[in-house]
Amino acid sequence: MSHLNQKSSSWNILFLCWLVSSVSAMGSLFFSYVMEFAPCVLCWYQRIFLFPLVIILAVGLFPIDKSVVKYALPLAIAGWLTAAYHNLLYAGIVPESIQPCSQGVSCTEEYIDLFGFLSIPMLSLLSFSTIIALLIILKMRTTK
Amino acid sequence: MKTHIIFGLTVLVLIIAFMFGSSYYKGKQAEKIGFMAQENASIFIRDHSQMFGSDDAKVYLIEFMDPACETCAAFSPFIKQIMDANPGKIKHVIRYAPFHHGADNFVKILEAAKKQGKYWETLDIMYKSQRYWASHSNPQPQKIWQFIPQAGVNVEQIRRDMNDPAIAKLIDQDLADAKTLNVRKTPGFFVNGKPLQTFGSRQLLQLVQDELLANYPN
Repeated sequence: MSHLNQKSSSWNILFLCWLVSSVSAMGSLFFSYVMEFAPCVLCWYQRIFLFPLVIILAVGLFPIDKSVVKYALPLAIAGWLTAAYHNLLYAGIVPESIQPCSQGVSCTEEYIDLFGFLSIPMLSLLSFSTIIALLIILKMRTTK
Repeated sequence: MKTHIIFGLTVLVLIIAFMFGSSYYKGKQAEKIGFMAQENASIFIRDHSQMFGSDDAKVYLIEFMDPACETCAAFSPFIKQIMDANPGKIKHVIRYAPFHHGADNFVKILEAAKKQGKYWETLDIMYKSQRYWASHSNPQPQKIWQFIPQAGVNVEQIRRDMNDPAIAKLIDQDLADAKTLNVRKTPGFFVNGKPLQTFGSRQLLQLVQDELLANYPN
């Protein structure tokens, strides 16, 4: 019985993780296709790491397969690093001269500003952090 | 089995939320721009704006365009078709949104041609020769000069007139209005202040027809 309980709570954690990645993916599509913000180069890299998570995590749900962490975590970490760099750039901590996207869409243009601190790169960083945290929790439950 | 249902329902909820959210956002946006159309019509039509069509026309088709934009060129015959089908009822207004790199130069040539009364001829030549000078993989803006004489203009005069600071100023004004109206891609269409919500020729025709019906009830 306790084994069954543990199994279902692992499923819940993975489900939550999938939900976070799906909402983020949809949010990014909403920004570009509904609000018509052009995605900059760094946003594209973050999407490249985010979109596969939606599929991989969903596959891991049926039936629950905790080894999904092994495949999902590298993507999430790569996405997190890109998001972290993007935030540094956005905040002006990394000087503009080394930013890779001076042509086309600027990576530092401010599109939205929720509650005074939530920019689009910040939203991305938060969701990658949440995904990583949930994956690590799942991993620790497995090894126990 | 239970988990499948939870998963399936969540997917459904997400999709519905996305669709609901986008229609809500577009509705709000249209409302906002509709309000601007009533309060401040000059955002859509400035004194310098080039217009085509009868002065009595009640339907204003406003197009934010870029001479180097392929889709604008592709839409040009379609707009002519709509106007020909409804003689005297539609006015086509050109606004500039030169988003392509260096495209403000092409606008300057166009505005200089206007001084010689050859605006539409020049625009037509630009659209028709566009693939030679504005290819995305290999833009060759200098090549445009080979084609300009076909519009029957004095090219030397254009080279002199295009640097008039007044032209640069009117481009800035148009770009500022494009920003206010949330035009991020070209062509950006408005019909009597109503934005084209989903892009496409069929949708544009529908929007024009709705406005024709509203302004010319038979």
